[in-house]
This record gives sequence, C-alpha cells and structure tokens, in this order.
Amino acid sequence: MAAGARAVLRQLRGGREFSNRVAALGFTVGAEVLVVENYGRGPIIVEVRDTRVALGRGEAAKMVMEVVHA
Amino acid sequence: MPEASRAITIALAGQPNVGKSTVFNMLTGLRQHVGNWPGKTVEQKTGEFSRQGQAVRLVDLPGTYSLTANSEEERIARDYIIREHPDVVVVIVNAAALERSLYLVAELLALPAPLVIGLNMVDVARRHGINAEAHVLGAALRAPVVALVASRGEGLRELLAAALRLAGNPAAFDPNRPAIRAKHRTVLEEIRALIAGHVPAPYPEDWVALKLLEGDAEVAHQLRAAAPEVWERVQARLVEHEDAYLDIAGGRYEWIARMVRAAVLRPTTGVVSLTSRLDKIATHPVWGLALLLAIFGLVFWLTYTVALPIVNWSDAIVIKGLSDRARAALAAEPAWFCRLIVDGILGGAGRVLTFLPILVVFFAVLGFLEDVGYFVRGAYVMDRYMHWMGLHGKSVLPLCLGFGCNVPAVLGTRIIEDRRARWLTILLAPLVPCTGRLAVIAFLTPAFFGGAAVLVSWGLVAVNLIVLVFTGIVLNRLVFGGAHTAFVMEMPLYHLPNARTIGLFAWHNTFAFVRKAGTIILAMSLLVAAFSALPGGDVESSLLARLGRALVPLGRWLGLEDWRLIVALLTSFVAKENTIATLGTLYGAGDGTGLAARVGATLSPGAALAFLVVQMLFIPCAATVAVIRQETGTWKQAAVSVGLLLFIALLAGIVTHCLWR
Repeated sequence: MAAGARAVLRQLRGGREFSNRVAALGFTVGAEVLVVENYGRGPIIVEVRDTRVALGRGEAAKMVMEVVHA
Repeated sequence: MPEASRAITIALAGQPNVGKSTVFNMLTGLRQHVGNWPGKTVEQKTGEFSRQGQAVRLVDLPGTYSLTANSEEERIARDYIIREHPDVVVVIVNAAALERSLYLVAELLALPAPLVIGLNMVDVARRHGINAEAHVLGAALRAPVVALVASRGEGLRELLAAALRLAGNPAAFDPNRPAIRAKHRTVLEEIRALIAGHVPAPYPEDWVALKLLEGDAEVAHQLRAAAPEVWERVQARLVEHEDAYLDIAGGRYEWIARMVRAAVLRPTTGVVSLTSRLDKIATHPVWGLALLLAIFGLVFWLTYTVALPIVNWSDAIVIKGLSDRARAALAAEPAWFCRLIVDGILGGAGRVLTFLPILVVFFAVLGFLEDVGYFVRGAYVMDRYMHWMGLHGKSVLPLCLGFGCNVPAVLGTRIIEDRRARWLTILLAPLVPCTGRLAVIAFLTPAFFGGAAVLVSWGLVAVNLIVLVFTGIVLNRLVFGGAHTAFVMEMPLYHLPNARTIGLFAWHNTFAFVRKAGTIILAMSLLVAAFSALPGGDVESSLLARLGRALVPLGRWLGLEDWRLIVALLTSFVAKENTIATLGTLYGAGDGTGLAARVGATLSPGAALAFLVVQMLFIPCAATVAVIRQETGTWKQAAVSVGLLLFIALLAGIVTHCLWR
C-alpha cells in the first residue's frame, strides 16, 4: 500500500501477545488506518486513531487490511 | 476528611507520550526520589509535597498502553494499584490522541480505584483542529476530568484539588464503566462463577475473570497455582473463546467512541500539521539518515568542544594535583595504603567522575531530542540497519554514547523497553572504544608504528566496530534464536521543548551516575587497586604481578612473552587509561615520551599489534561492570559480559598474532 492510502483493518494475524499490544495502540478490527510513509523497504509509518505509529514490515504484514476507495 | 497527619497517596498513570512525566515534574520539582521498583530493574519515581496542609505522596507508575501483562512495566502498574491501594489514581490522557489514550482509562476502570482524568495537551489538540471539552467528557464518564496544559503548568492546581476531593470521598466515585460485548457476556459470567472464592487475595474477581478471557498469561498462571481444581474447567471455557481478546479490545474502543462523541469537536478542515511536514524529511530513508548523522556530528562536536576540555582539565589538574598531594601526605604510611588511596579512589572512581561533563552534555542533548519528539524518528531511520543484529533502532544512541564512556552507554540502554534487545545492547556496549582506550592507542601507536600510526589507530577502531556488528549478529542468531524485536513504536507529535523536563532528565541521570561512582564503582576500584598494591606496596611484587607472571603461557599464544604487558592489561580493569601508567611503572620510565619507545623496542610489530587489539577489546572496566550489575540486577549477567569480552579479546589477539607471525 502506497503512502496516502486509506484502509480498514480486517484481521490481526500473529500471536496473542502481538495482537494485544497493537490492539492497545488502536489497531482493532474495523479501525481506519492511513498509510503515511512507505518507501518500499524498511519500516512504514501509519496513522491510526490520531496516532502515528512506526511498524516494521514484518509487523505490518500481520495486519490484514482492506483498501478504502475514496 | 482524612486526618491531616496521614499522607494521601496518588498514583500517576498514563500512556507514553501523554505528558505524564511533565505533570510529575511540574508537581514535584526536585522533591522527587528516584529508585527502582522493589526487585525490579524498572525505574520508580516518587515525590512528596504538601498542598493546603495535606501531605501528598505522588507515585509515578510506568507509562504503559494497556494493563495486560505483556511487559514488566504493565505488571508493575497494575500490581501497584491492586496491592498498594493508592487513595486515588490520576490518569493523564492526550487530547490530541484522545481515543487511544482513553484505552488505558477503560482498563483502569476495571480496577477498584477512584480515578481523576487529566486531559493534557488541549493546546496541541486545538492547533490540530481538535476541540476537546473536559466537562462534557467528564459528564459522559461520570468521573472528574480536568483540562491541562502541563508544559505551562495550566490546570495542575485544579487537577490536584480534584484528586484530593475524591480521595476524601471515594464512595462518591461511580463512573460509567465499559461493558463487554454481548456475545461474550455469558462466558464471562460462567468464568466469574467458576473462579468465585478461588481468586488469591487482593485481586478482584471481576477483573480476574476479564483478564482470563483476554488471555492474560500471568493471571492464568496465578489462578492455576492458587486453584488447580477449577483451572481445568476454566481453561476449557477459555479455549472455546480463544479469540475473545480481540473483541474485548474492540469493545473498549467502541465504548470510548461513545464517551468522546459529544466531547470532541473536529472540524473537517484538512490541517497539514507541522509534524507531517517535518516527518517528510526526518523519516526519509536518505534525508532522515543525513539529518541523523548531522545530529550525531553535532552531539560529538558539542561533547568535544564543551565537555572534553573540562574533562582533560580536571584529569590533569584536579586528579593529578590531588594524587600528588595525597602521595606527599601519605609518604609516612605503608606504600600499599598510599596506592590504595591514590590509584583506587582518585585514579579509579575519581577519574570516572571527571567524565561528568560529557554525561551532562549528553543527557541534556538526549533529553532535548526525546522531549521535542525527534528521538523516535532517529530510531525509525536506523531500524532498517540495526534490524539484522536483532536490535531496535533505539540501540544506536546508547552505543554512540559509548565513544565517550561505556558507563553512560550501559545506563543509556534504559530507553530500550524490550528486555532482550536491552540485554543484547548492554553486551555490545563495551565493544565501543571509549575515550580511555582511544587515549591508550593515541599514546602507544606512534612509538610502535611510526608513520603508519594514524592508519593503525583507525584500523583498531574499525576492528572494534566490525567485531561489534559481527558479535551482534552471532549472539542474535545463537543465543536469542534470531528473534527480532517487534518494531511497533508510537511517533509522538513534535512539540516545543520544556526546559524543566530536560533539566530534570539530565540532573537525575547524572546524579544516578555520581551515586554509583561513590558506591559500587568506588568499591570495585579499591578492590582492584588492592590487588595491584598488596602485599608489598609496589606493582612488581603484587598479587596482580604474580597473576600476570602466571598468565605468561597464555600470553605466548598472543605473542606477549613479557609479564609486564599482561599486568598492564590487567590494571586496565580499574580504568582503561591505567595501561599507560602501569607500563610506566614497570618499564621504569615514568609516563614520559620515552616510555612508548622503550616498550616498542621490546616488541615485534605483530606482538605490538596483538597487544593493542587485545587492549581495545579487553574486559569492560570495573565501573562498567558495576553498572552492568546495577542495571541488569544480577552479578551473573555482569560475569557473562566479562567472559564474553575476555573470549573475544583473546580470540582476536590470537588471530592477530597468527596472521602476523
């Protein structure tokens, strides 16, 4: 997903500990996520519930998103 | 009203980046006590003051996003509230990220403690077009909510008054509590019924049932230990509802959305914030890296132009002057006693203290970068490079600090929340060549290698860094199973620095260092100095020299046939610069310029190089070992660090000797 894309979080994969951690940060099913920066390699930055969060690519891959067409 | 003699205990809770430490610093100032939580390596801050004749004890809980036992900080925060029963919990939330920071409030409401909510950063929120009304939010939550701009001290008086009012009448607290989603309500009731009467003492049964359903490993463990007979039936129910935890988190956010609906006005004007614009540069793979390098350059420049001259001055004038005076005054005393005072106290702990200016400058800059919000951006940019060592981007800063002195590097690892990553960073920190070691190679390489000295010096530093990266990769693969630290990090909005926060940050960290130099570092220095002075009073006949002679067979592996070189290495354990002083004593040439030439003449280039390589990679100095012990909480981990470095140094020495023979 390129910078500027909007998506809705559909599913969290990965362990319970990981899911609990990111859920506390606002990544719950149904939450709207805005991709702020994605340079193709390295960690990405997203915005969820008014908060900027840096995510490793591995972590981002555990979040199943559905792109919203504006 | 509680009687005036009893201090009211207020626990201060809040997620990271909500301005909680600003609130704490503003309320307590320098009247704070910094220690560790009992039996933990997590920092605990408490402050005592009195307001309207009422003594107040403010306990700063660790900043956590939630209260599920994912980390030690989260366990500490919730155990404190459950076991210590603070009179009131003040929770700080960030008005500019209200929904997320209310998540902790939703968790706290499940615990039996009256809450006061401090709605902080209302000014920042307003600038981002978010208008949060404290009294509307308070009406929805049925709990006191006070608007704050903590950085300017606004609203703190009202916050404290509300907390004291609630502490005086806790029965009045009847908030709107989040309820679980309908589809899990039945199973929650069943678990609640199953565990009734089996929950270990101060834990509330409702809360335990909820945490079990959330899959909290610690609560499950406690229940299994306390009531094995019901555990099996509870577990069976939990397995059927394995995914309930996602629903519970989702349910909390739905509840939060209802709470803030009326309180938050958000005009839909697209405000392009300062943060977005700055991040275009600060987090860019190329520009961000350039900016980070520029900032590092600036930090080093500041350290070397401001702090280093003071360090050199105090080393040359204060330490040397005091040593000369002490030697003169103690001339009549036994020689070993004189050496203990001069080498142990002044040369060991005293010299470590001369590094203070470097620390003050460094902590002030670190506090500044952290306070304005840049620090996590630097970590973000470096993460892609630290990743393959299994390290977090945050490890870069403490490691860089190691170039000044390894002691603050180890202390600096406090910023890394992940225990595994922190421990790995502590293990790697002594591989960063500190100024003490750089001084030794600067002194010896010209005599050993003549014109090639500069090249050799750079080579030695490069060898250290290559060994560091290689060790990081190997340790991560072998010891830590190649696991990498999950990189999920909030990036707070940039904001103006607060002088008080930065000043207190630098003060507390520097003070912690001084306290260590005065106690544990002093003890270690004295111990090693005693070994080098007893029984006769001179190094030649000391226990250390005997050890050095005994180690000659080992030294041959490295091409070091001379026991004096081995003793010089051993005394570098007190302080790295001691190598020069010891060589001076043993080669009978003082520490003048003739010394290096005299030592050089007895060594082949291969052996000289091996000696320098070992010197650069040798075991951490006593002060560093002492803080590793302090920070990790066990001598075992300090011993692992010493063993690891000893192994690396010997291996590197042997390889150097073999290649050069």
